[in-house]
Amino acid sequence: MIAAGGVAGSLVRYGLGVLFPSAPGFPWTTLFINVTGCLLIGVLMVAVTEIWAAPSWVRPLLGVGVLGGYTTFSTYIADVGLLFAGGAPLSALVYLVVTPLLALAAVWAGTTATRAAARRLGRRA
Amino acid sequence: MTGLLTALLVAAGAAVGAPLRYLTDRLIQSRHDNVFPWGTFGVNLAGSALLGFLVALPADDAVRALAGTGFCGALTTYSTFSYETLRLAEDGARLAAAANVVASVAGGLGAGACGMLLARAVGG
Repeated sequence: MIAAGGVAGSLVRYGLGVLFPSAPGFPWTTLFINVTGCLLIGVLMVAVTEIWAAPSWVRPLLGVGVLGGYTTFSTYIADVGLLFAGGAPLSALVYLVVTPLLALAAVWAGTTATRAAARRLGRRA
Repeated sequence: MTGLLTALLVAAGAAVGAPLRYLTDRLIQSRHDNVFPWGTFGVNLAGSALLGFLVALPADDAVRALAGTGFCGALTTYSTFSYETLRLAEDGARLAAAANVVASVAGGLGAGACGMLLARAVGG
């Protein structure tokens, strides 16, 4: 389950990298991948822990597998190093700081929006 | 190298990296009882060191796809790192949440730099 999800998530990450190769200077694609993956894990984790009695395979497949394989910490670190070594220390610093800030904002937004949506739907039901 | 072959190598690396992340996390988390997410912290540092090693080597595209994009990419995770940090903050462990971010980023950079230096040392 985890391997299958990890392969799927990693292939999406690889595919996005092929379709949208980052212009030299700033790794926008990896930033987009990590921020969207954090948004989605916020949605998923609230859904499976607070709202929906999900089957036991959902979290390993989608959370640990797909989103874990989709997002990457190692590429983030390597790109900071490459930017720095490539003579773009300002870009390296901005990327270094902006990624975790946006990632945390995204996971917070995902959890908050999902809780709010569940409350609305719950009232209507 | 064709795109399909590259994709297969990425898939093969990810098929090992993602379960290894899960097993490592389980193993580490079962060995301590404090709130800090040492498991994710550990795989992220290990993957950063290995990827640092790989990018500094004159490795060919196949190795990069298999071990870099596939294995290191799936071994490490930003989503779980962010989610665990948010959980720490929500549970009132704000210091641990901040420490997780600072230690992961600083530790990842240190690990990646070690990997690069090692690659330069062995690669000449």
